[in-house]
Amino acid sequence: MKITVDEEKCCGAGTCVLTAPDVFDQRDEDGVVVLLDESPGADLQASAREAASTCPAQAILLSERA
Amino acid sequence: MSEADERVLDYPLPAPEALEPPAEWDELRQRCPVSRAKLPSGDEVALLTRYADVKQVLSDDRFDRQLNQPDAARLSDTDSGGVFNSEMSSTLPQGGEGHLRWRRLLNRWFTAKRTNALRPEIAGMAEQLIDEMIASGHPADLKAGLGFPLPVWVICDVLGVPSDDRDRFSRWSDMFLNLTRFTGEEVKTAEREFFEYMRDHITAKREDPGEDVLSELIAATAEEGEPMSDKQLAATGLGLLIAGHETTANMIGKMVAMLLADRDRWRALVADRTLVRTAVEESLRFDANSGLGTVRYLGEDADVAGVELPRGTTVMCSMAAANRDAEAFEGAAEMDLSRSPNPHLAFGAGVHSCLGQALARTELQVTLEVLLEKLPTLELAVPAEQLRQLEGLVVGGLREVPVRW
Ligand code: HEM
Ligand code: SF4
Repeated sequence: MKITVDEEKCCGAGTCVLTAPDVFDQRDEDGVVVLLDESPGADLQASAREAASTCPAQAILLSERA
Repeated sequence: MSEADERVLDYPLPAPEALEPPAEWDELRQRCPVSRAKLPSGDEVALLTRYADVKQVLSDDRFDRQLNQPDAARLSDTDSGGVFNSEMSSTLPQGGEGHLRWRRLLNRWFTAKRTNALRPEIAGMAEQLIDEMIASGHPADLKAGLGFPLPVWVICDVLGVPSDDRDRFSRWSDMFLNLTRFTGEEVKTAEREFFEYMRDHITAKREDPGEDVLSELIAATAEEGEPMSDKQLAATGLGLLIAGHETTANMIGKMVAMLLADRDRWRALVADRTLVRTAVEESLRFDANSGLGTVRYLGEDADVAGVELPRGTTVMCSMAAANRDAEAFEGAAEMDLSRSPNPHLAFGAGVHSCLGQALARTELQVTLEVLLEKLPTLELAVPAEQLRQLEGLVVGGLREVPVRW
């Protein structure tokens, strides 16, 4: 799994951090998403997927290849 | 609009029971995803009820809440449309670059990390309120005893308002929000008192900054060379109070009512506390009585569900109807406490999606955890069918949530 985030789209609501704290964080200055782990291991993939599908700004993109 | 459906619905649609969805939703989603609806003001909107359409419009940042456009629909026929419309929208940016800046500045205070750090404080508040409720005995109104005070206490904390002044904030908020119960004169007086209080409070924060959001905004905007005025700071305080109090207060009441309406749900939670997070999300999704919905003004033509909507249309997005859309959620009519993922739209979507959602989630989770801990035998003191909806216009809720234990 490969994750990318779109900082421009992110509205900083923090849903991803609440869902997958090991994969996402937020910048202190403006709340914009910070990707901690762009290819998370098997144990984190379900929560990363959940974060992508519940991100209100659709700012998290997943590709399941590699 | 399709030629076939010339029917104009009266909006909001009546619900059969306080926790049940309006009968029309299924049919609208299937046959008339863009329908004509008349607001209490008499103005017409295009009503969206499908998940995909609601999400599309809310996520499109070309569309704003610029309801001050001369041809935009008005919600109610009272002259001002309430405090939210007057002070807040004229002082704070509602769209574009200005909004983005305001939002990013505030975001730093509403990150998941910061709201998580508030957990112990929020738990302390919930414990205190529940203990007081237990001390006064049952049956009790959980909304008045817990749902209403908790979120306003939290907002006072966020604003750096000392706990001694919480009751004044509570009363102001009550007056701003229950526009029907008070006279225009009373609301005006409350508004004046609130702004006087905020003026002194902001002066104090300028001199002696704290950990609160106002001190943070003062410092951050000064650093950027574009300091925020006292007026904007006060409007931000008012905005947070209005956006964060009634919504969360009612959601606490509805969440507990939904979980108690079927005792199996409550029992499942008592048996397995790890369900709390998903149960909160499912309560947000399942809430059929979340209020009017969210409006967008189309500044240009748009194609929604294959219907050409002309510029100047006011669109009403019913997130509650979207959240029950069987195309988007398996078993949409069932409450599934372990549903995951749960991409509901209760907090909206896109650039305007709820700024306080991490905080709201934390408040709901903590409240539920403390209730399960202290009152595992909690139950509704009236049959669920007898719960009554609030008469309010914008945010849906229950008038009271009678409980015993
Ligand atoms: C369960 C509780 C809550 C619900 C259901 C809720 C719902 C919403 C919704 C649907 C919107 C979007 C409005 C739109 O798109 O026009 C919104 C916006 C907003 N909410 Fe919440 N909210 C809740 C709690 C809170 C809390 C606790 C706060 C802060 C203390 C808050 C602050 C805001 C603000 C400032 C906005 C405007 C954001 C913007 O324009 O960028 N909300 N909320
Ligand atoms: S959930 Fe989406 S919008 Fe919210 S912080 Fe994460 S990436 Fe940004």
